[in-house]
Amino acid sequence: MPRLSRFAVLLVALPLAIGACKKKPPVVQAPATNPGPTTSAPVPGPTTNPPVTPPPAGPTAAEITARARAIMLETVYFEYDTDAIRADAQANLEKKLPILQLNAGLKFRIEGHCDDRGSDEYNISLGRRRAESVKRFLTDRGIDASRIETVSFGRERPAMQGDTEDARSKNRRDEFTITAGGTDIRMP
Amino acid sequence: MLFTALMLGISALNVSAQQPPPFQGVTLIGKYGGTDKLKIIVDPVKGANGDSIATIISRDLDYSDRFLVLSTSSAPVSNGPLNYALFTQLGVQGVVEATVMPSGWLRVELHDVNNKILLQKSDFPLPGSALGKDWRMALHGVSDSIEEWILGQRGIAQTRIAFHRDDRVWTVDSDGANVTAVTSKGKTPKWTPNGRALVYAILDGDASPIMLVDLATGAQKALTGGRSTQVQDFAPAVTPDGREVIFARSTPAGSDIYRVPVTGGEVRRLTSTRGKDSQSPTVSPDGLRFAFSSSRAGNVNVYVADADGSNVEVLTPGGTGEKLPDSPDWSPDGRFVAYQVGLGGYQQVMVVNVRDQTTRQVTEFGRNDDPSWAPDSRHIVVTSTRGGTGAQLWVVDTQTGKSRQLTRGSVARGSAWSPRLTGTP
Repeated sequence: MPRLSRFAVLLVALPLAIGACKKKPPVVQAPATNPGPTTSAPVPGPTTNPPVTPPPAGPTAAEITARARAIMLETVYFEYDTDAIRADAQANLEKKLPILQLNAGLKFRIEGHCDDRGSDEYNISLGRRRAESVKRFLTDRGIDASRIETVSFGRERPAMQGDTEDARSKNRRDEFTITAGGTDIRMP
Repeated sequence: MLFTALMLGISALNVSAQQPPPFQGVTLIGKYGGTDKLKIIVDPVKGANGDSIATIISRDLDYSDRFLVLSTSSAPVSNGPLNYALFTQLGVQGVVEATVMPSGWLRVELHDVNNKILLQKSDFPLPGSALGKDWRMALHGVSDSIEEWILGQRGIAQTRIAFHRDDRVWTVDSDGANVTAVTSKGKTPKWTPNGRALVYAILDGDASPIMLVDLATGAQKALTGGRSTQVQDFAPAVTPDGREVIFARSTPAGSDIYRVPVTGGEVRRLTSTRGKDSQSPTVSPDGLRFAFSSSRAGNVNVYVADADGSNVEVLTPGGTGEKLPDSPDWSPDGRFVAYQVGLGGYQQVMVVNVRDQTTRQVTEFGRNDDPSWAPDSRHIVVTSTRGGTGAQLWVVDTQTGKSRQLTRGSVARGSAWSPRLTGTP
């Protein structure tokens, strides 16, 4: 056999061997995990960075209580000779409701009032019905009845004197007084 | 000892409503056939405080709205026996002559001018210090006797009206004098039939029992046991036999009418309005029925029931919408119930005949409500804004419409006319 043929075989075999080594298995990316909470506060860097002011503090407990009390003590108003709850009254009560739900120790009294029309005595009854109507609204939505006291003042304590419709509309009302748990109220 | 005192106390409160016995003597109106209004004059009164006596008697007779009372200053001056001819010229039919005796008693004579005779004569004690409250009330009793000599029926001068002002209970004499505070707090007082005590409500946003106050001692007692705001007792009235108090009770379930002994004790329910309301009871003078206001049928109206609460019937016809018949008061003669309605945006007082349910409007100007009958079943006291200075008590003659202002000053409401206060200080 001639020497050239052994060398030719090597030349043919070499590129085949090189071509086979070039193929790499594909890299599978692992699925991305949920990133953990990242702090937005800048990480304090080396002392060469300028100083960072801390964020403003949230409302104090006293301020929250004051805000909650204001909502609780807001008056609701009625139409003439009825204890039906108006839309604006309902909106008000729906603001009171979560505060009551969150603060189980909060107890209060509803005082029913009337305008100057009708007899003194009929208005005692009507004032009572107005207080009971609001109480029912709240107890129907899960507030315990033992937390709510009702009383009627009839037409004895007008918010505004006079027999104009302006005065009368301000007198047909339920007023609210906190009787227990009025300090340190939490807001939802 | 305590039991005896208690029994005496109870019996003092148990006196039935007194109707004056029919007058047996000769009356002036009997001599004149009673058709025209009689003209009366009170001659100047001789003796200590004579001017005041003449003024008070003249005013009482004028306030009865049954005679024409001429001014004492127009009386002819005469010494000695009455000069009938001069009085005939003046056009009067009756002359009242009075003299304060050295004993302090008042000697009073009524003369029939046309027949030129002395018709009636009597001596009356005037207790207490002159011009004081007992002296004045005794003098009102004299006026009532004079009216009995003239007409055959006692007048209503010897009475008081109870009311509330500044959230406390007061009384005032029938002529507007002697305004006296009775309690430190209270509302809507009503009288016991013997005129010696008042029942009243509290209603100050706290526990609200029915109260009773003895007018002689000022002693107060709670008749019902209201201990929380959930039970408010109000609108009390005393039964004509003086034994029980009928009242309204407001609870979360609504208002209803109840009764309790006047000494306190067991509370019994009379109405069941089931979630609607009943209040403002007033008892008939025979004690067999009571009237009250109720919204049981929707709008408030005046109803009548038997004393045990059965047989409820509507009394006021046609009360619909904003009319709201309310605040009934049963007349002492049993024939009428006075009440209020809303007319054209203002409250006015009406009278309904209990037997045939015919009605009559008896007030017109301003807002008038909360009527209470005088013992003559003709005059009423109402709360009225007609004077333009805030609500005050006014006396109205339901027969003629004549009216006079009874109270002045800060607002007065919730009035009740006393029975005749004969025999009480």
